[in-house]
This record gives sequence, C-alpha cells and structure tokens, in this order.
Amino acid sequence: MSVRRLAKEQPDSFAFNKKSEDEIKFWLAKYPEAKKASAVIPMLWITQKQEGWVCEPAIREIATRLNMPYIRVYEVATFYTMFNLAPVGENLVQVCGTTPCMLRGAEDLISVCKKRIGKQHEISEDGKFTWVEVECMGACANAPMIQLANKDGDHYIEDLDAEKFEALLDDLAAGKKVKFGPQSERNASEPHGTEALTDPSLYDGSRAKPIKLPNTDKAEG
Amino acid sequence: MATQLLQDKDRIFTNLFGHHDPGLEGAKQRGCWNGTNEILQQGRDWIIDQMKASGLRGRGGAGFPTGLKWSFMPKEVGARPHYLVVNADESEPGTCKDREIMRHDPHLLIEGCLIASFAMQAHACYIYLRGEYVTERLALEKAVKEAYEAKLIGDNNVNGWDFHVYVHHGAGAYICGEETALLESLEGKKGQPRLKPPFPANAGLYGCPTTVNNVESIAVSGTILRRGAQWFSSFGRERNVGTKIFSISGHVNKPCNIEETMSVPMKTLIETHAGGVRGGWDNLKAVIPGGSSVSLLPKDICDDVLMDFDALQAHKSGLGTAAVIVMDKSTDVVKAIARISYFYRHESCGQCTPCREGTGWMWRVLTRMAAGESTIEEIDMLLDVAGQVEGHTICALGDAAAWPVQGLIRHFRSEIEDRINNYRAGKPVFVSQVAAE
Repeated sequence: MSVRRLAKEQPDSFAFNKKSEDEIKFWLAKYPEAKKASAVIPMLWITQKQEGWVCEPAIREIATRLNMPYIRVYEVATFYTMFNLAPVGENLVQVCGTTPCMLRGAEDLISVCKKRIGKQHEISEDGKFTWVEVECMGACANAPMIQLANKDGDHYIEDLDAEKFEALLDDLAAGKKVKFGPQSERNASEPHGTEALTDPSLYDGSRAKPIKLPNTDKAEG
Repeated sequence: MATQLLQDKDRIFTNLFGHHDPGLEGAKQRGCWNGTNEILQQGRDWIIDQMKASGLRGRGGAGFPTGLKWSFMPKEVGARPHYLVVNADESEPGTCKDREIMRHDPHLLIEGCLIASFAMQAHACYIYLRGEYVTERLALEKAVKEAYEAKLIGDNNVNGWDFHVYVHHGAGAYICGEETALLESLEGKKGQPRLKPPFPANAGLYGCPTTVNNVESIAVSGTILRRGAQWFSSFGRERNVGTKIFSISGHVNKPCNIEETMSVPMKTLIETHAGGVRGGWDNLKAVIPGGSSVSLLPKDICDDVLMDFDALQAHKSGLGTAAVIVMDKSTDVVKAIARISYFYRHESCGQCTPCREGTGWMWRVLTRMAAGESTIEEIDMLLDVAGQVEGHTICALGDAAAWPVQGLIRHFRSEIEDRINNYRAGKPVFVSQVAAE
C-alpha cells in the first residue's frame, strides 16, 4: 500500500469558488440526501481542480458540508492516490510505469522526466512541471502513455516515445497547445489500417429499422 | 479446423474505434435503442431467461454467468430499493476495453443499464468509473444527458420503467474494481473490500440489494436480446461462448482493442489483428493472456492455446479480462513480473496482513532475483510465501498478486537460476535476446 501524508505547509483557510459550487450542486443531486457522503471523492476532486491540490482546510470544509467526521475525509484523501497532497507545477505529468507500458518504453519517458524536470513529486525550478510515475491507467493498447493535468483539463497523451515526449515537453514549456490522444496515425486504439468495422451496412441505417424480437410468442407465432 | 473469425455483421461494438458518431443519433443508426421498449414488455423473467440461455459470462475477469447473477436479486422489492452498479473501474494492467465502450459506444451501455435494472427491479444505477478516465466520464455524462432529453431514461420515459443513471468516479485505487471495495468507495469511504457474506444481492450499496456488473457485460445485453440468445451462443465453444473485446498490448506490431469470437486461437488473434509479434512469431517469449493477475504462458503453450476461460484455466492461467500482454525475446521476464509485483504492492489496500506485507516482500525478493542477487533456495521460499498469500485474504487481490509470481517460477525457474549463477560467477546477469532481423 502507499503511505501518504498531508503537506507540512498548509494555508490558513479554504473556500470553494462559484464554478466549484455549481459542480458540487451537480454532484450532490446524484445521491440520496442521507447518503451524501458518497460525494466525498467528487468534492475532493473539485477541490483539486480549483487549487491544484488538496489542502487541510479543504478537508475540514468538505467534512462539514457532508456531515462526515474530519478523519473520514482525511482517510479518503490519503487513500486515493490521485489526490495531490502538496502543490504541483502548472503541468502535472503522470507517466504510466506498469508492465504493459514498461514493455513499450515507459522507462525512456521516465528518463526524460528525470533529465528535463528533475526529481519525482517536486516542482521544477520554473514552476511549470511536476512529474510522477503512476500505475496502469488503462490505455495499454496505446502504450507508452502519460496523463497530463493542467489548466486545460486532464488528458491522455498516448503512443509516445522519448523523442515525441521531449517535443511535447518543449511545447508545454513554451505555452503552446498540444495534441491530446494518440501521437500516431491512429484515431484511438484501433489496429492501424484494419479492415474490421468497415462493412457499410453497419452504418447505413438498416439497423435502425423496426425489428421482430426473437424468442418471443410473437416471433414464434 | 480453421477458425471462423468474427465478421463485421456480428460485431456488437460497431463504433469501437471511434470512427463514427458516439452520440444518440449515431448510436440509433447503428441499431442501439431499437426495440428496447419491446424487450422490456417481454417481462423480467424473459430477459433473465434469455440472458442465461445466451451463456454470457461476466466480462470483468471472474467469468460468472451474468443471467444467473441477475436472478440472485430478491424477487420482490421490500423496504429497501434495488440498485444496479456498473463497474467501470477498469484498472487491471493490460485492460483498456471498457474505455472504448464508454467514449465511443456509450449508448449501448446506457441501454444495457436500463434493461438490466428493469430485470432486477432497480430504478437507479450508478456507473463507477476510475478517476483517471476523465475524458470517458465526460463522454458518458454527455450520452446520459442525451438519453434523458430523448426521454429514453428518467421518470415517465418512453420505455415505461422509471429509471435514473448516475455517473460516479473514483480517484486512483485499483482495489475499487473489487465489487465490495467499489461499493465502499461509492458510499464515500476508503476502498477496502467487505467480508462476504452478506453478498451485494442481499446487502450492497447503502445496505440495499445490489448487483455489480462489468461495463462490457451490461453493454452487450441489448444486442443479445435483439438478436437472440442462440445468435450470441453460436460463437466460441460450449461454456465459453459469445464475442469478446480483446485488448492486445506489449510487443506486437499493432497493439489494439478488437472484438473477436471467444475461443479464437491466441496465435490467430495476435497475427490477424495485432500485426503479429514484433520480429515474428518465433521471436515470442511469453504472453500474459488475461490481465496482470493471471499466470504468464511460455511460447510453446501460446502456439496453439485457445482464448477462453476453460482452455486457459487448463494451463493454470485464465482469460481474466482478455487483456493479452505480449513479450518478445528481448524481454527481461523476471523484471516484467517484478514490475507487476510492484503494482500489487502499491495497490494493496492494507487491510489484510498477508497481502499488505506479502506483496511488498514478493516485490523486494523478485527485484533482487531480477538482478541475480539471490540464492537458489529463495526461489522455493518465494513460491511458499506466494502460496501463503493466495487464498488467505478477504478479496482476490492477494491471489492476483501471487499468481503471476507462481507462473513465473513454474515456467521460467531456470532463467532465475541462471541469473543467480551468472551473478555469482561475475558474468552479465541478463543479456537481452534481440530479434534476428
């Protein structure tokens, strides 16, 4: 298991902004009123999207809002590894290091991170980057890959190699827009140039015509 | 006998590659939401009977018959409401199929949620996505909104069963793919698995009767009922029927997700869809056939093994999530498995001692073994410890951590021994065999 602690330096206070409040309303509507603790992960995530990390006063605020003991929210914040318990750089680069990505060169990406950004979990000198090695992100057919979190949201950047990755970091450092998704000729995770799913009859609307259900009285009669 | 490969007309996920409109209009054009109302009119017994007859086994890894699982829910709704929870916490290393369903064919999933919920008399369904799937979550939320606006779901919808879908997310914990840990997480707690019994069908989400199903299991149900149980069961071998999305990663020329018939030979699958093994089939070293939890298989087994539950189990491995991780001869197989051990060490929830301590112990020993800094006796000791973790924990994470280690020793013991001997003799410990091209 991973042992995670809150950062030593903490702000004195925390408040959700208007955008976050709207999102909180959206999430709370999903659960029965008596079970609103269910919203704890979404609320911690909203906090992180607002501040870049989860600070201690935010944990207290969420506990109050959800009628949860502080320690229960603390437990959740420290258990789930996507919560940054300390500030990160403008671009959080999460490199998948698990075996399927490792087989396709994740270690090369990690070397680039070490060379370009510095030590894992630390903010680079220019404040632009933090990198971490994370466990399988479920994009193994597009390995190796990273997840980039910055002001533009959270995006997978896939089908990478060291060279493409360096160029990507250059663009990010220069404040340029980058392409999300596969950095190859592919659209998603299809085998490039495949003949699967090319039958036109799948897409001409013939499947939207009324059907007779099989195995029913009507079908048999 | 040559294998009959799956033809386009029999593929369920017709937008798996995302080349078409994932929205409601596009989905309807491809046959989704066609006859859904009529399916519900046949009644819940008919739906469950058809699902049982189709032979569908759960697509999340364990392979439990889906229709049977649905039938475990109480027949009458008592004081506690029923829930359907969809497990979209896809985190098993190698697995990346549910992601494609959620971002490219989300309406198949939503339609399946309605059908399954109706069959189990649930008026609410939660879909629990892993936290990292932000793009997928937003795509799914968009599709849910479309379905509400078209009155396909919601109160007083056109399908005649009041029904709500709620998209929920986690925050980076593999263990939340275990169904009871997922329920804990959904209730706002740490994802630590519950003791069973009680099973979720009796006391699941908020203490209410709940069924937890994988995304793919739910998303195929609409098409199965539309085309008939016999159609679905005509693919694959007995007890191993249907179509299945395979995720192929690692040392192949074209890593991909592809829907194929169950029981397809592994070699055919890799050579037809994934462009073959890098450097040719003879450059193959081993394959992990069903996600990181199952035992790897050396090339001689891969030559003719079929991709289904029973065939892989006969080789002490498993179909799992059908995530095929290919390793060619350049692979340091001990290191590859050591990295999987690191994964389990990182993801153990810490609740049970054998797993919390055992996963770290196995990783440390394997890391030394990969460098040859070990003794021959430690191989058996490692096997012994793996056996003590296996079956001695609340959930299957302990087993999942033990199996890859046991598989490595079963098939590559001599390689570990060679390293130890090389290290002691001052020779290079591991020399990568590069493809002869």
